[in-house]
Order: sequence, then structure tokens, then C-alpha cells
Amino acid sequence: MRRYLAARLLQSLIVVVLVTTISFFLIRLAPGDPFSFTDFTMNNVVREQLRTQYGYDQPLPKQFIRFLGNVAHGRLGYSHSMQRNVGTVLAEAVPRTLLLMSAAIFAAFALGIAIGALQAVRHGSWLDRATSAVLMFFYSIPDFWLALMALLAFAYWIPLFPSGGMTDAVLHDYMSLGGRIRDVLAHLVLPALTLALLSAAGIARYQRSALLDVLPQDFVRTARAKGLAERTVVMKHALRNALLPIITLVGLSLPSLVGGAFFVEKVFAWPGMGYVAASAINARDYDLVTGTVIVGGIMVALGSLLADLLYAVADPRLRSR
Amino acid sequence: MADALLTIENLRTYFYGEAGVARAVDGVTFSVGAGETVGLVGESGSGKSVTALSVLRLVRPPGRLEAGSRIAFEGRDLATLGDRELRSIRGARIAMVFQEPMTALNPVFTVGDQIAEVVRIHAKASRHDAWQRAVEMLQIVGIPAPAQRAKEYPHQLSGGMRQRVVIAMALVMNPALVIADEPTTALDVTIQAQIIELLQELQHRFGMSILLITHDLGVIAETVSRVLVMYGGEIVEEAAVKTLFASAHHPYTEGLLAAMPKLGENRERLRTIPGTVPPPTKWPHGCRFHDRCPYAWERCLSEHPPLYQIESGHVSRCHLAEEPERRNHPHEPLVMHEVGGLGMERGGSGTGRGPRENSADRSARS
Amino acid sequence: MPSPTRVSAPADRLAASLVAPAMAADAPSLVTRRRLTGTMWWSLALIFLLCIIAIFAQQLAPYPPNAQLDIIGLKSRPPSGAHPLGTDQYSRDLLSRMLFGARISLSVAMLAVLLSATVGTAYGLISGYRGGRVDAVMMRLVAVLALWSPVPLSALILVIGLTGWFEVSRLVRAEVLSVMQREYVVAARGLGASGPRIVWRHILPNVLNPVIVSATLGVGNVIILEAGLSYLGIGARAPTASWGSIFFDGSDAFQTTWWIALFPGLAIILTVLAFNVFGTALRDTLDPHQLAGDRAR
Repeated sequence: MRRYLAARLLQSLIVVVLVTTISFFLIRLAPGDPFSFTDFTMNNVVREQLRTQYGYDQPLPKQFIRFLGNVAHGRLGYSHSMQRNVGTVLAEAVPRTLLLMSAAIFAAFALGIAIGALQAVRHGSWLDRATSAVLMFFYSIPDFWLALMALLAFAYWIPLFPSGGMTDAVLHDYMSLGGRIRDVLAHLVLPALTLALLSAAGIARYQRSALLDVLPQDFVRTARAKGLAERTVVMKHALRNALLPIITLVGLSLPSLVGGAFFVEKVFAWPGMGYVAASAINARDYDLVTGTVIVGGIMVALGSLLADLLYAVADPRLRSR
Repeated sequence: MADALLTIENLRTYFYGEAGVARAVDGVTFSVGAGETVGLVGESGSGKSVTALSVLRLVRPPGRLEAGSRIAFEGRDLATLGDRELRSIRGARIAMVFQEPMTALNPVFTVGDQIAEVVRIHAKASRHDAWQRAVEMLQIVGIPAPAQRAKEYPHQLSGGMRQRVVIAMALVMNPALVIADEPTTALDVTIQAQIIELLQELQHRFGMSILLITHDLGVIAETVSRVLVMYGGEIVEEAAVKTLFASAHHPYTEGLLAAMPKLGENRERLRTIPGTVPPPTKWPHGCRFHDRCPYAWERCLSEHPPLYQIESGHVSRCHLAEEPERRNHPHEPLVMHEVGGLGMERGGSGTGRGPRENSADRSARS
Repeated sequence: MPSPTRVSAPADRLAASLVAPAMAADAPSLVTRRRLTGTMWWSLALIFLLCIIAIFAQQLAPYPPNAQLDIIGLKSRPPSGAHPLGTDQYSRDLLSRMLFGARISLSVAMLAVLLSATVGTAYGLISGYRGGRVDAVMMRLVAVLALWSPVPLSALILVIGLTGWFEVSRLVRAEVLSVMQREYVVAARGLGASGPRIVWRHILPNVLNPVIVSATLGVGNVIILEAGLSYLGIGARAPTASWGSIFFDGSDAFQTTWWIALFPGLAIILTVLAFNVFGTALRDTLDPHQLAGDRAR
């Protein structure tokens, strides 16, 4: 077990290094640099000066070496678009994305499992088929579109929820603790639900087939023969077994805890990792982009590691190995 | 039979599928007395397992019990009983032991939990008490170090031990009747003997009735007092065990007995019953065994035989009861003559093949 | 920063690759067995229709897609008789833009999927056939790369194609392994057929089924991906009309000009739905053992 863990850690490290390197070069190879925008206040002399200041006039390999050196010292660089250290920016952004994604994933699974299980139990009925059709529809919706439509519908046309951001721009700091929590929650609902709805579609499909596989098995019949109520048979005995493949899904979604909300964050202006990354790309803020890639990569790797552990915990058959 | 523990009357369990209606159990009547061990014998496809499942209404759609079926138990008719009451009987008054112990146990719960669960739902016991009882049962069924074993998962136990756990689970509430559906088929021969012994011991100790479903005549000979032979969804013979082995009446039973390999007998090939079990969607007209029977005559093709009384306690669904001299004129069963005809009509999917069927005979047919 | 996919898509694909070996001996070849169901018919018809629309966008569109018709009079008009889908903030006819956008969205998606399917198939074939060390190394590489696909910044088709082949190669390799056990491959080897010949003539035709299914379902994902990237300004850039870039235009003042954002989304949903339904139906027909997803019918 320990050897496996060590191997996985090493693998993850390699991935992070690989990915960082690739994106380092990729973004710098894209046309334009942070200071190539046309602006009346900027003339070429100032442009060149800034470039030299940030070291963008050096040949790429040299830039890379310097970059590696910085990272080794824990310095992720300076973000000129945010006027702050990259580390600081990310330290603020990551928890916000985690909050959004955790809420979304939780809701997605709750919804997905419930719908899928219901479908499996009512297998073949019109409810089952209608639900499948609806789910297929949701599965085909792009997240950025649904986000915008949700915003339109429930923040503008029917002003139920705030129209973006994570907190009320003006009043938040003046609120009590309870008020602040409720403020964040209010801003959380729409983006989280948007994400949840889309993921729930796939989860439900998966859960349905997993439960359909379990229901005809012998131990389910044994449970009935013991005199258990049908609800208990399904929810306690069958579902517990059908959840195992779902754990795989949970595991697979852990890596996306950091990056999965990309478009939704952008549309709702939720100031998390995705939002930061998007603006960074736009502004050609190299250091910030690379920073997000590194941090993102680490979190993804951690996420998948966690996923494996989770599965081992859930299935007692794996534990004895 | 008036004071029998379980009385089944005209049980019919049909399955409704695309291929038609499968009449898996088609009018079965028998009873089990208190403390009695009754054996239900037949090949795969005879309907014996479905009969067992029907008692506790464990048959799932598209199968269902037909109207007119009656299952009398402790003053109630299980066939029409309400759900709640039925559930109070399952696991508590009537318990089942299934064939495959590995798949019959839930892999994600400990064996102790699974036994204790029965106690908790029926006796409303506390977790602690239920657990104690579970450990107690594990000991009774002969599992060493029961307190430790109770905390283990099914995959950590051997096949024989798992079956003991299943038995423990069935007996924990001291039921009046245990229905054992092929309890030893999936086990090694040596373990089989142990399990059979265990069942006998437990019956001796607790006095419950056992309905033992099996295709293994050897097991029947050792354990039951009365035997029911099933074929084509019906009972074709019923007798005390000694009577059955000494003087079986129905040609099918004869075939089954003859097919058993005997020690000391010098044969090159096993005796088989030619042909295969017909599909339950198309039972043959007249006597359902007629095309495989060495004595069949015109009457058997058209007239469905009722259960004739041979002697007290011995019945047989065969016209030979009325015309016993026909037994002196055996011939090749009809099925052997088919190249197109009956063989094709059968469908011959092979699902009804018993364990002693000889495939060479089948290919000779088609 | 991983590409913006949803939880379920990679899960489905991963599960499919895990279960592919179970897609056993009797999987009928796409060529020989054709039992198209009703669902398959209408989804296929829809796909066909969309392709026709894309091809004949030039003929069907009332206006050129980038023509600014009347920057004063026709700026940001809601849907009307003359402009059934309205106009955008540059007074371009939305219907025309959508029709041309179909070209980009569909072609990008199909080409990208074709590329990833080709690369993935080749990779999987080689890996599975060679087996041993070569196989182990190749698969390890894929596992490492696939853990994390960075968002492509340019050369859309190429990059999507290049990152999509991981799953395909896994699928193919699993299929290859199972196919290699079958008698006709062993027989071919026994008769002295060379490696490449065996791979090309015997193994390849039989491993294509899961690839085709995966590709069909993949098109939907890629369409969304492309649209998303165009929305970011990374893919098709102004003034090119792609469904994603139209959406980008629409997200500007979406409270007032909501139709500009609405229609591209609907188009995407329709197209992706068609591909998904077709792909799912295809999978159900081809595979008696079922890949992950809808089980019993």
C-alpha cells in the first residue's frame, strides 16, 4: 500500500512538472505579450522598459531557468494585472473555488443519486423513460450557456438572486457574521445549482445502471426473504452496493474541484481560480497563469490520490489487499 | 393432513414474457407437517425452485402467483396476505436458505451484522442484544471463534462457512419452517456432507420442518422422510422415501433413479433419460413426460393424467396406475424418433437439461 | 487549470475504457450488423440536416455573416420578421451568423474527433499488439498525460485532437487485447502472417466499434469545448462567426440583448443532443454486453 502511494505521488509530481513546463512555453509562444496592447498612454520606449523589467526580453530558455529558480524558492512571481504577488492572489482564489465546487458536487451527487435510484426502481415505466430523455437533454447543455440563462432568468427577469460576484459589493463588510454568511450563500445558489444540474445528469445515468445491476442479485433476494421492507432492501442493501461505482465518480470529480467551475465562475463573476485564470490569460499575465497551472496541477493530483483512497475505504473487498 | 404446518393448494406461478406465458409452477399441491423433512426433487426447469420462492412470494415480476393459488400457513393464506404481515413471517416464521452462499450474502456488511439484522427487525432487539444472538448462532452452526468471525465480511470466509452463516441467519428467529433451495449444490462434496449433517442436527435440536429442494437423489435418500418429484411444473410422484427408492412408480422417477451411478455396477456409459425438459412456455399435450417415456401409449398423448393413488401415502401422475400391464412393453421414447418434428417444436434451448442428460443422445435427435 | 468538462463526461469515458474488455467475443461489426432503431433514425437524420445546413450556409443565409447592415437602424434588434433571430450589437444578422457558425462548430468538432480517434487508435493498436514492456511504458505515458489536460491556447483542432486521443487509445488497446485472443488471429499468426498485416486486416476492423461510439459521443463534447474556447476568445476570434463567439458577443449586454446569447446555446444543445442520442443508440445496438450507461432496455 505504501509503495503504491509513493509511486502515485511520484507520478503526480512528474505530471505537475510536465504540465507546468508545457504551459510555460505555450502561453509565451502565443502571439502578443503583456505589454503589446495598444493604448494611448503607452509608447514603445515605456513598453520596452517594462519588458526588460519583467525579463520578457530574454530568450525563452533563460526565462524558464529563472522561473524554475523562483519556484524552487517558493516564489510564484508577481502578477502585474492584479498588482500583487501571485501567491497571494491564488491563496484567496482557491478557497472560493473550493466552496463553489464543493457545494456544486454535493448537490450534484445528491440529485443524481436520488434520480438514478428512482429510475432504477421504476425501471421501464414512463417516468423512467421521460427522465432519461430529460437527462439526455441536460447532458447536452453547455455550462456557460446554462449559467448565462440562469443568471438572466433568476437574477434579472425574476430578481430572486444576486446577479454575480460572491458578496454584495457594497454592504458585505458592514454585515454581521450571520448576514455575511447568508450573503455568500445567496450568491452561491445559482452558480452551484447550474453546475449541479449539469453533472447530475451524468451521475443519474450512472447510478441508474449501477442499481439496475445490483437489484437482481441474490443478496437482494435474501434481504427480502429476511422480511425487510422493500424500501430498506433498496436503500440499505442494494444502494450501498450500487454506490461503489459512484465513488469512482466522486473520485473523478475531485480533481475538478479546482478547475471545474471555469466558465460558471466567469459568467457569475465568482472570484475563484477559474475567474482568476481567465483574466490572467486575457491580460497575458504570464506569472499568474503559470501560477494557476502549478497550483491547479497539484490540487488535481491530490484530488485523484484522494479518490483512490476513498474507493479503498468504501469497498471492504479492497481493504484486505 | 389437516394439521399440517404448511399446505399448498393448486399453486400456479406464471411468468409473462415476450416468448409467451411460462407456466413454471402449474397446479402444485402438497403439505409439510410439523417437524417433518420433505424433499422436492426435479431437474432444472421442473419448477422446484420457483415453487420454493412462491411460498414466501419472493417471485418478482414478470412472474406472479395466479389467482386460485392457496398457501395455508399457521391459519393464514400467504398467497393473499398483506405485505406487512407477509414480511413479519419472512425470516421469522418461515426462513429460506439459498443455493449460492457467496452471492446470497451482502458483500459490504459483516456476517454478524447480517444475522443481527434479522433479530433487530423481528424481535425489535437492541444492537447489542442482536449482536450477541448473532454470535450465539454462529457458534451453534459450528463456526469456530464466532465472536471474531462475526466481524468479518463474507469474502473472508470459505464456502462452507458462508453457508453456515446463511443457515444461522435463517434459524436465528427459530422459524417453524426452513425452505432450503439446493443448499449444497454449490459446495464441495466433503462440505456438502457437513452441511447436511448440520441441518439434521439443527432440526433435531430445534424441531423445525424442512422443505429441501434438490436435484441430488443421494441427499434425499439420507435426509428426508417424504419425497415429492416434480416435472413439467407439476408433482408427478409423492411417496415416503423408502417407498420411492424401493418401488418408484412414475417412469420419470424410475429414470432418475436409474441414472444414479451405483458403486459396484459395471457400466461403460451412464444411463440417461433421453430428450430434454420442455420449455415452460409450451408444455406438451397430455402427459408432459410422454415423449421421453419408455412406456407411453396413445392415451398418454391426449389425456393429462391426474394423481393416481398407488397406496396410502404414495401417489403418481401416470396412467400406468390404471393399465400396469403396459409396463411390460417398453419401447424407445418418442423423442428418439424425432429429426424434425417434436424436437424442433421443443425449441431445444437446452435450458431444461438435467445434470444427467447425455449430449450424445441429443445430437442423435437433431 | 484543467479543461472545462463536466464530471460525467470523463467518468463515462473512463468507465467505458474499463469495461471495454467485457465487450466480448460476439460484438458484431458495424458493417455487418445493421439494426437501426427508431431513435437512431431521427438522430441521424438530425445530424445529417445540420451538416447540410452547415455546408449550404452560403445559400441559406439571407445576409453575409460579418456584414454590418445598418449600424444605426439595425443595431441590437430583437427577433422580427426580417431578422428571425434578431441582430447583434454590430447590426449583423444573427440567423446568417448562426448558419455560418454551424460550419465552424461542426467541422472543428468532427475534424478534432477524427484526429484524436486516428491517433488514439494507432497508439492503442501498437500498444496492445506489442504487449510487454512497450505496452507498459506506452500506457504509463498515457496515464500520466491523461491525468490532466491543459487548456489549449491556440491551434484549436490540433490541440483538442492531440489531447483527446488518450481515452481512445485506452479503449482501443483493451479491445485489441481481447481480439488477439480470438482464434482467427492465432490462426493468422500460425499461417505466418506478419505483424502489421495481422494488425491491419484482422485486429483493426474488430476494434473499431468502441472507437466509433466514443467518437460520436466525443463530437458533442468537442462542440461544447470549442464553443467554450471561442467564448473565451481563444478559438474563433472576432469577427468570425462560431457559435461560441456569437455567444461571446451575446454575453456582453445580455440583459437587453438576450437573444444573441440564447440562440447559439440552443443550437449547440440541439446538435450535441443529436450526436449524443445517436452515439448512445449506436452503443446499445453494437454492444450486447453494454458499456457503462443505460443498462437494460
